[in-house]
Amino acid sequence: MNLSNHTPILILAVPLLAAFLIPIIGKINKKATGIFATLALGLSLVLTIILAVKILSVGPQIYVFGAKSSLLTLPSGLKFPIRIMFQIDAMGIFMGLITALVSFLGAIYSLAFIDKKDGSDSYYSLLLLLTVSMFGMEFTGDLFNFFVFLEIASMASVSLICYRGTDLGEPVEAGFKYMVVSSIAALMVLFAIGIFYGEYDVLNIAAIASVVKYSQLDKIALGILVSVLAMKAGAVPMHMWTPDAYSEAPAPITMILVAASQASLYAIFRVVFSLYNITLNTLAVGWIIIIFGLLSMFIGVTMAIIQKDINRLMAYHAISQTGYMFLGVGVGLAVLANPTALQRYGITAMEGGIFHIMNHAMYKGLLFLTAGALFFRTGTRNLDKMGGLAHYMKYTTIFFIIGAAAIAGLPPFNGFASKLLIYESVYKFNPLLSIIAMLVSILTLASFVKVFHSAFLGPKLPQFKEVKEVPRSMVFAMAVLSCIIIFFGLFPDLIVKNLVHPAVMSLIEQFKYTSTVLGGM
Amino acid sequence: MIGNFPYIAVIIFIGLGIYTLMFKRNLIKIAIGICLIENGVNLFLITLGFRKGAVAPIYTLAPSGQSMVLPTPQALTLTSIVIGIATTALILSIAMMIYKHYGTIEVNEVRRLRG
Repeated sequence: MNLSNHTPILILAVPLLAAFLIPIIGKINKKATGIFATLALGLSLVLTIILAVKILSVGPQIYVFGAKSSLLTLPSGLKFPIRIMFQIDAMGIFMGLITALVSFLGAIYSLAFIDKKDGSDSYYSLLLLLTVSMFGMEFTGDLFNFFVFLEIASMASVSLICYRGTDLGEPVEAGFKYMVVSSIAALMVLFAIGIFYGEYDVLNIAAIASVVKYSQLDKIALGILVSVLAMKAGAVPMHMWTPDAYSEAPAPITMILVAASQASLYAIFRVVFSLYNITLNTLAVGWIIIIFGLLSMFIGVTMAIIQKDINRLMAYHAISQTGYMFLGVGVGLAVLANPTALQRYGITAMEGGIFHIMNHAMYKGLLFLTAGALFFRTGTRNLDKMGGLAHYMKYTTIFFIIGAAAIAGLPPFNGFASKLLIYESVYKFNPLLSIIAMLVSILTLASFVKVFHSAFLGPKLPQFKEVKEVPRSMVFAMAVLSCIIIFFGLFPDLIVKNLVHPAVMSLIEQFKYTSTVLGGM
Repeated sequence: MIGNFPYIAVIIFIGLGIYTLMFKRNLIKIAIGICLIENGVNLFLITLGFRKGAVAPIYTLAPSGQSMVLPTPQALTLTSIVIGIATTALILSIAMMIYKHYGTIEVNEVRRLRG
């Protein structure tokens, strides 16, 4: 048996198996659960990197469950793409790398962060399940499979948001809100899948893409899919769950939740580009996505400025940064049917938007972890009650400065690289959009200067005399993220050329996506 | 015409569910609203697989020449029902925890998270 052919499924199987082993290990030794989860996620990260190297050098990979080829379904030779399969192209593995990295670092951070409480085995089980479901959403080539993973993701993340709820009321409240939102989203996705199935008799994304006609029913399905997935991604008219869920979850979970929202964002791009591509009215749909982006950017940042709670403030910034991704990719979609404009600035705009997904996962994760570190030592999230913490927590202060500079788009950090790509390409599409994006960036900087000033600067406060630097595992997780941020900021060309550009091209070139599955049919 | 009745029922189910979610302030009623939407979607899926006069899709027992109903939507619906049970259980257990902390399940009295 050649194991290297089975890498795609092993990436999911290892954490899934570990998730169900952890309760048993917890019965024997509570301490071992965290280390076991970290090892499983580490193995998964290594496998993801191996798969990424393979995909970027060889091309998209298909993993078919229960058969050698995606085409053959009956011995008599009937060919019909009905098998469940994983279809992983450059875009899918790009998201997979983010998921693997973020969940691995989240588990390391949790080693010290969660240690004190009881019931850590259920925490790690759910964390692994959440990771598995995110991988599934990003790798699957089957619409119904996507729905199943979406539901697993929402159940695992709701339970994790409620994790502190045994002695507090607010986390449970946030969890209820998120559960209602994600149930509606998942059921509406299932409704749209039903529409596709009724119309085309297939559930495979590539098979639907090859026959999609953009009829009236398809328009309804597109509307449902884009709006509910935008709700899951936290775009502005439907953002009410985001600040609650992000602020009440434990800090490492918030970091992984950001990546989970981005998996929904990825699903929007997959639907719009791989499923419909130029059959839809690209200019209209592109503008709808751009308007989602503008609203998210502007309302997110203005709501962030007035917050007193450090986690809520960062959560509103997460909404605002999601707007940049919508803006970049929306511009790419708007000019998709126009080859000259696509070559001139559309591809660059999409590269900016997609690159921003990864950058955002890194710096927003880092910022949430620093907020978690402050909460870990001071026991408060209220900015008015903090002050002078730079005297006690030197590493955390440095990491916060790196994260804040990256989110505000200052060189030489990674936020600058992707934002610059968005600014200059969107300017050619519509100057006004670019100016709004820059304005939002300035407001972001203003609000993080406020946080830095009120939490870290100032004289030593007597109530924080006992405060010291956070444990090593938390420092390690934050340090890795900081190194990645600086590396991406210093060598953006390397990443854009090798990782982001193939991802963008795999979205744009729909025929490659369909032909990998359908082959010569 | 009579063949379209299930679709009308689907619309009524989903419409009622969305109405409940938007206008009811009781957490248990919100959970019921989600169940209504779920039933509507399940009914939609199962209706898609229906063929008039067709037999059950068991290959070995089917009389030759007769058409069979589609098995895929039934498989999908079963999966979706199982997931739905898990979702409902989770929502109700969260509602229970909220009741433990606040002593009420009215949304207006529970809200602590604002802004």
